[in-house]
Amino acid sequence: MAKHHVTATLNGNDVEFLCETHQTLLDVLRDDLHLTGSKEGCGSGDCGACSVTLDGRLICACLMLGVEAQGKSIETIEGMAVGDKLHPLQRKFLEHAALQCGICTPGFLIASRSLLERNPDPTEEEVRFWLAGNLCRCTGYHKIVEAVLDAAREMRGA
Amino acid sequence: MSDMRYEAPKTVEAAVALLAGANGAARMLAGGTDLLIQMRGGRIQPELLVDLKGIPEMTSIVAENGSFRFGAAVGCMVLVEHEAFAKAWPGVTDAVKLIGSIQIKGRATVGGNVCNASPAADSVPALIAAGAIASIVGPKGRRDARVEDIATAPGKTSLAKGEIVVSFLLPRRPPHSGDAYLRFIPRTEMDIAVVGAGINLTLDDKGVCTQARVSLGAVAERALLVPEAAAALIGTKVDAAALKRLAAAASAACKPIDDKRGTKIYRIKVAGVLARRAAEIALDRARRKN
Repeated sequence: MAKHHVTATLNGNDVEFLCETHQTLLDVLRDDLHLTGSKEGCGSGDCGACSVTLDGRLICACLMLGVEAQGKSIETIEGMAVGDKLHPLQRKFLEHAALQCGICTPGFLIASRSLLERNPDPTEEEVRFWLAGNLCRCTGYHKIVEAVLDAAREMRGA
Repeated sequence: MSDMRYEAPKTVEAAVALLAGANGAARMLAGGTDLLIQMRGGRIQPELLVDLKGIPEMTSIVAENGSFRFGAAVGCMVLVEHEAFAKAWPGVTDAVKLIGSIQIKGRATVGGNVCNASPAADSVPALIAAGAIASIVGPKGRRDARVEDIATAPGKTSLAKGEIVVSFLLPRRPPHSGDAYLRFIPRTEMDIAVVGAGINLTLDDKGVCTQARVSLGAVAERALLVPEAAAALIGTKVDAAALKRLAAAASAACKPIDDKRGTKIYRIKVAGVLARRAAEIALDRARRKN
């Protein structure tokens, strides 16, 4: 069967790709578009390492088919920094040492940005619940939560 | 797997025709959060996927004279962020909020939660308690079914080949009505219900319960509607004695299994406790609503 021809927006730019039905959006991003920032951890929607946004909504790229992206706007970690200028969340993750091995970090950053877009002043509890779909086996989460709260403070200008 | 067909019809009728006309295994694709895992694990190998998200009737939320109709393919996050819906049906909203992570809810749908027919699906007891009616379209036309009549056993439904649950109607409730859903899990987030309890009740002007529906999840092969538990509340002021009878009736209705999340005895006990607590929340909500 012929491959599907999909047109979408990726990090603000028009993109087109060919995919087979069974390919996930994560397969397409990593293997065909060579954007390897989104990681495959579990492949079953448990770990959040492949978190991206689709039309502004946080999702796992491993649980969506590439063909379903037709006409959609996708944002990945590759679009988070502007040139050399890191997003405040990225800077705060570095300052707070909120990563060790780094595999989970792109997913945490995308998920955290999605939270702060909706709720610029989250409580610690709100941060922890929002990030419950992202697993980190290194940090114990505390530094990640601190980094998100600190980034939120800075972004609010508080 | 590489020759799997993908179709994204724009109407329910076209989707029904595709599903009814399929020779091999065909699957509906809504959120895909269960389907993709089943395909990846090799449990199913469909020849045809019918994506339902391009069908406007299945992806919209409509409020009419106090009732709500939402499409079965509405994303869970879209539903819980709908302020008027959340205000009208806080119990259903709480239940949908418990379905997986934010990422999962970004894709997953209530229609999928119902039609995957897990006995532990969180939205189902809340919908049953709410008296939700599913609108189903199939090769023979359209019919309505109560949500409690859709799942028949784990992974099994009463839907015929080609039938699609298109939307859910939550009817308008009288004044002084409230609903609630509670589930018990051993963790604080991201787990499957050991027990779930949904309650929906209505009070009269004197605070006497005139209508009630009680539903339990994860304590039988499918979510249960428990009329005996509702009867314990009707005609009372939902006082301590009525709540005690409710808990006993809820526990008595359970036919659970032992598994790693809980033993039979534990589930039976917890079902009563959760039903009582959910009723207290529903009561509080009903008293606040005029």
